[in-house]
Amino acid sequence: MKLARDTWLIFQRQLHLLLRNPVWVFVGVFQPVMYLLLFAPLLKPALGAPTQAEAYKIFVPGLLVLLAIFGGLFQGFGLIAELRAGVIERSRVTPVSRLALLLGRSLRDVVSLMTQAVIITLLALLFDLRVFIGDLLLAYLMLALIALMTSAVSYGVALKVKSEDALAPLMNTVAQPVLLLSGILLPLAFAPGWLQGVAKWNPFSWAVDGTRALFNGDIGNDRVWQGLTIIAILAAAGVYWAARQFARSVR
Amino acid sequence: MIETRGLRKSFRSRAGRETKTVEAVRGVDLDVPAGEIFGFLGPNGAGKTTTLRMLATLIEPDGGQATIAGADLLKDPGEVRRRIGYVAQGGSTWDESTGREELVLQARMYGIGKAEAHRRAARALEAFQLAEFADRKCKTYSGGQRRRVEIALGIIHEPKIVFLDEPTTGLDPQSRAHMWDEIRRLRADGMTVFITTHYLDEADALCDRIAIMDHGELVAEGTPTDLKREISGDVVQVGLDVTATGEAEKLLDGEEYVNRLELLDEGGLRLFVDEGATAIPRILRRIDAAGLDLKSIELHRPSLDDVFLTKTGRSLRES
Ligand SMILES: Nc1ncnc2c1ncn2[C@@H]1O[C@H](COP(=O)(O)OP(=O)(O)O)[C@@H](O)[C@H]1O
Ligand SMILES: [Mg+2]
Repeated sequence: MKLARDTWLIFQRQLHLLLRNPVWVFVGVFQPVMYLLLFAPLLKPALGAPTQAEAYKIFVPGLLVLLAIFGGLFQGFGLIAELRAGVIERSRVTPVSRLALLLGRSLRDVVSLMTQAVIITLLALLFDLRVFIGDLLLAYLMLALIALMTSAVSYGVALKVKSEDALAPLMNTVAQPVLLLSGILLPLAFAPGWLQGVAKWNPFSWAVDGTRALFNGDIGNDRVWQGLTIIAILAAAGVYWAARQFARSVR
Repeated sequence: MIETRGLRKSFRSRAGRETKTVEAVRGVDLDVPAGEIFGFLGPNGAGKTTTLRMLATLIEPDGGQATIAGADLLKDPGEVRRRIGYVAQGGSTWDESTGREELVLQARMYGIGKAEAHRRAARALEAFQLAEFADRKCKTYSGGQRRRVEIALGIIHEPKIVFLDEPTTGLDPQSRAHMWDEIRRLRADGMTVFITTHYLDEADALCDRIAIMDHGELVAEGTPTDLKREISGDVVQVGLDVTATGEAEKLLDGEEYVNRLELLDEGGLRLFVDEGATAIPRILRRIDAAGLDLKSIELHRPSLDDVFLTKTGRSLRES
């Protein structure tokens, strides 16, 4: 099928370019490990968790969602560089699928995020985190969908604004409330009622709750399917919208 | 090969609170026959790139229609894409990729299989004398080498028509001459080549036919020779002593082959004639018979700049 073939083509190219640049590979792994080693130890006393393993159960899913959101949201910068180099325009005069131009890139972002996620999970296992493999795979699906959505949206916005100067403040403005209102760093269970009420409108808050439930072995928790459904719908909408930008972008 | 009728495009740009509308292309009718190097000559901002981007399916026209290599631009842009190649003005290669990678990717984006894509890339690298840098990153290439890779990218799928937007802008004279040879080779291979340029000598020397564009409109079209012949004729410049100039003016002003006459400050005359070759002997005879002392005589053929000047009232060199 043409879409699958074209997507694979673009994906391979993007992954190849990513791997060629060792700095990125290093940063991508180094950063989350630092969080895990330097930030997580504060949590056991802060959260009043009985053991370090309990603290990780709360913190690791939050960290992974955080990486998924940010990993995706800032991919647009790379696209603006490609836009400036004329690579996007060159692709757009060929009959290559416009959806593939987006999906190939976003899937690369998903794969690089999943690599980070696996490394972090393995490290956390060393610190006595325990999670069932089935639950873990569902949690990874959630993360993949989040990264797909945020990277697609970031690409779409990049094609619209076409400049780093406009993209940076925009993405920061979006990221900050999303981050604060999702209970990523600390669970919203600690939050006052009004804050919890506001956070209900943040889809990522549902995703974080769902992912935490999965890490807690609580697969039957409503937040799991609710979070997955909300994020899946948003990811589909994001991909659709961003692919349209690829089809019509001017210069 | 290319036929356009009434092609139009305007852009709205915002400057502060005001929105301004720029009519970049205002109704272009073109007929480009197959197998030619067709040149689009015009100053910066004339609308050349915008026209090309419309023809290459990158932006939708506001109005008008076009048929390109037999495919309808508006109804079947997908088919147009398969039949054309397009090389953008500002470059199209990625710093961190190698020339070979770019060529293979490009062929694959046109739906060509992997093995064949590699074969074509190797052939293109050979043909454009790039083989020796094939596996170096594009950022290490010189301007001329990079431009050649980009042209190779534009024709990797063997299109019937290739659009080259200012292919020689920014190149040194040697790379430029080299590029002209490459472009002529494309024509020899049976391709129709549509280039834009703001260089007069390039339009003159390289193109079989040209269209001159200014402010979004075509102001003239034809072969360079025809366009030049159509205007003003030739100019004969006669060098004389300042003292002899007045007498020579009286002698020549009435001659029926002299359309117009100008005095030169440093002495001498400039005569506008239809045909320099026949006018010069007659001018010489008159001057000789009057016993005036001739210092020099020069024949100036009109240039494309004179054509541009006649059609727009401005010189292309200044705009
Ligand atoms: N994307 C755009 N948005 C706004 N104005 C544009 C855009 N592209 C071109 N223009 C304007 O259209 C006019 C024609 O530009 P262009 O086609 O690039 O000319 P040329 O290639 O002959 O130099 C210019 O005034 C230019 O500023
Ligand atoms: Mg231009």
